[in-house]
Amino acid sequence: MFSFDLLLDAIVAGILVGGFYAAVSLGITLAFGLLNVVNIAHPAFVILGSYAAFVVNSGFGLDPILAGLLFMPVFFLLGIGVYRIYYASFEKRGEESLRGLVFFFGIIFIIEVSLSLQYGVDYRSVHAAYIGDSLRLGPIDLAFRLAIPCAMALVLTLALHLFLSRTFYGRAVKAVSQDHLALRLMGADPVRIKGLAFGIAIATASLAGALLIMIGPVEPSIGREYIGRVFAIAVLGGMGSIGGTLVAALILGVLESLTSTFYGPSWAPAVSFGILLLVLAVRPSGLFGRAG
Amino acid sequence: MARMLRSVRGMRAWGVVTALIGALGLVAVWAPPAVAEGPIKIGFGMALTGGVAGNGKAALLAMQIWAEDVNKKGGLLGRKVELVYYDDQSKAATVPGIYTKLLDVDKVDLVVSGYGTNLIAPAMPIVIERKLTFIGLFGLAVNEQFHYPHYFGIMPAGPSPKTDWSAGFFEIAGRQNPKPRTVALVGADAEYGQNALAGARENAKTHGLRVVYDKAYPPATADFTPIVRAIQATDPDVVFVASYPPDSAGMLRAAHEVGLKPKLFGGGMAGLQFASLQTALGPMLEGVVNYEFWVPERTLKFPGIEDFLKRYQERAKAAGVDPLGHYLPPWAYADLQVLGQAVEATKSLDQQKIGEYIRTHEHDTVAGKIKFAPNGEWAKSRVLMVQFQNIENNDLKQFGEPGHRVVIYPDEWKSGTLIYPYAKAKR
Repeated sequence: MFSFDLLLDAIVAGILVGGFYAAVSLGITLAFGLLNVVNIAHPAFVILGSYAAFVVNSGFGLDPILAGLLFMPVFFLLGIGVYRIYYASFEKRGEESLRGLVFFFGIIFIIEVSLSLQYGVDYRSVHAAYIGDSLRLGPIDLAFRLAIPCAMALVLTLALHLFLSRTFYGRAVKAVSQDHLALRLMGADPVRIKGLAFGIAIATASLAGALLIMIGPVEPSIGREYIGRVFAIAVLGGMGSIGGTLVAALILGVLESLTSTFYGPSWAPAVSFGILLLVLAVRPSGLFGRAG
Repeated sequence: MARMLRSVRGMRAWGVVTALIGALGLVAVWAPPAVAEGPIKIGFGMALTGGVAGNGKAALLAMQIWAEDVNKKGGLLGRKVELVYYDDQSKAATVPGIYTKLLDVDKVDLVVSGYGTNLIAPAMPIVIERKLTFIGLFGLAVNEQFHYPHYFGIMPAGPSPKTDWSAGFFEIAGRQNPKPRTVALVGADAEYGQNALAGARENAKTHGLRVVYDKAYPPATADFTPIVRAIQATDPDVVFVASYPPDSAGMLRAAHEVGLKPKLFGGGMAGLQFASLQTALGPMLEGVVNYEFWVPERTLKFPGIEDFLKRYQERAKAAGVDPLGHYLPPWAYADLQVLGQAVEATKSLDQQKIGEYIRTHEHDTVAGKIKFAPNGEWAKSRVLMVQFQNIENNDLKQFGEPGHRVVIYPDEWKSGTLIYPYAKAKR
């Protein structure tokens, strides 16, 4: 049943959820796209961020977004620590491809089991005054539960883009992804720069986790449902492209929403990933990736 | 002379051998039977991690309480009971391997299922092949294709589970004046959702409701706003949802946000029975009519249920499971009660005898009396339709008290009156 109101709603809903997808995928873009670290545990770190927001929200009544922001420095340090272990154990020895992957699998299980033991396996949610309310703008209903995560995701994307393009360390991160030997010759320590970048990637998981638990309840293993999606978005956007990640996430969100609305929700993943395959067939480096 | 001596020695040797053989034969005949050693092992897979682990762990706690209760009274057949279980991670693919291990490596004496249709069905080929009696915990129409005579469902859905599941919901719709005319059907694209929707289609036809929306969504759906919007565009009188816990929360939140207000909403939303989602959704639940199996209403005071729940609740917090335990735990306990009663009554671990006993007898459990139909489902449906009423806030306490999940159907267990339409209940 087609109507322009329904079309507009579907597009807006897709943009909102796409923004959230971008927030979850940015860490992958940094770690995998720029640093070539296949951090499949990133969604597990996002869930860790969700639980951090849950603990602070349920214990102290703090807004989940504030909780997510507060925990970013902690996650940043955690990310640096994880990268140091990864580098010393695998990357330094040239064993990052398969053994490094197993390392991150192990981190997934450690996070999931730790959360299960500490908090149980029941679904957890956060409470905020605006969750459940929506703003009516003409024919569109903007649910705050989705609009606020989308807005925060845009802010995060902009912040990362500015960091990478306008700051010394940001440019150093981009440089290390291109030629870390040249960077070393310039007097910068590539390992330190990569640790910094990985720390930022994990820090984004703190905020992304807070946004996730605002959208819906979480349990320790729910992160696995996002592994395929976040890597698909990072690849579709172009490896290492922050802007590309945002665009890819929005495209995926809108496609899923349009398909769900007009053809049936069961088709949504097929259409989204079908477009991914199509784009990669035409442009293997992704939408905004560098060719070759 | 020497030949005579050799002959005597040979005769003596044969004499000794003959005596030994005779002694062994006597021992074999007169030796007492070997005493049964070790506990009776009951094996199963259970979701201890993954999407349905919230229920799985609660079920496990109930089963452990049963084992302790039985062992305090001396066990079964004079032997202690031991539960042998593995985490199926809420994944169907793990189940065949788990049950093969239980039977071939752990050598369990009896098996029961894990929780939920998706985790019971994969075990069926193994139990059928080994001719085992198998009790399924909350499986919807699992045996409909297998027609296995020794499958028994602890699920009060009735002899035709697919249709019995939602029969009450549509019966409530059918009793309204004016009668609703259209229905939207939506459910998870998984075993439970598909079975529930199949039954809902039949019930809609029975009650003369025109289906204006009929779609399934993939289980990993993040946002339900487009789905709810599409449903809203068809303007249905009734919306039947067959969803899993996180989807139920997502669907209800989306419905609340876009202002979807059919005359009747709910039906088959799994998760609205869990304390964690009840407290998360709070007043959004007001007016929803949904399935339940037990609620703390005055009409459902089965013998032993309150004592069991009290003991469960004392341990629930430490175990990190549902603090109220109204949904699955009484049934997990009843599951093993049925099995234990059959073992004691037949005085054996013979699968055929146990199965035959279960089929032909009524069983007293904390979840009430249970009698099975020939297909292993319940002889009579006891799927309750309750309406959430007077949900003031997000506090857990109200859900443990009567008057907040009011039984509307069946009439036999009714404890209150339906507030209709849904919008009126939402105030």
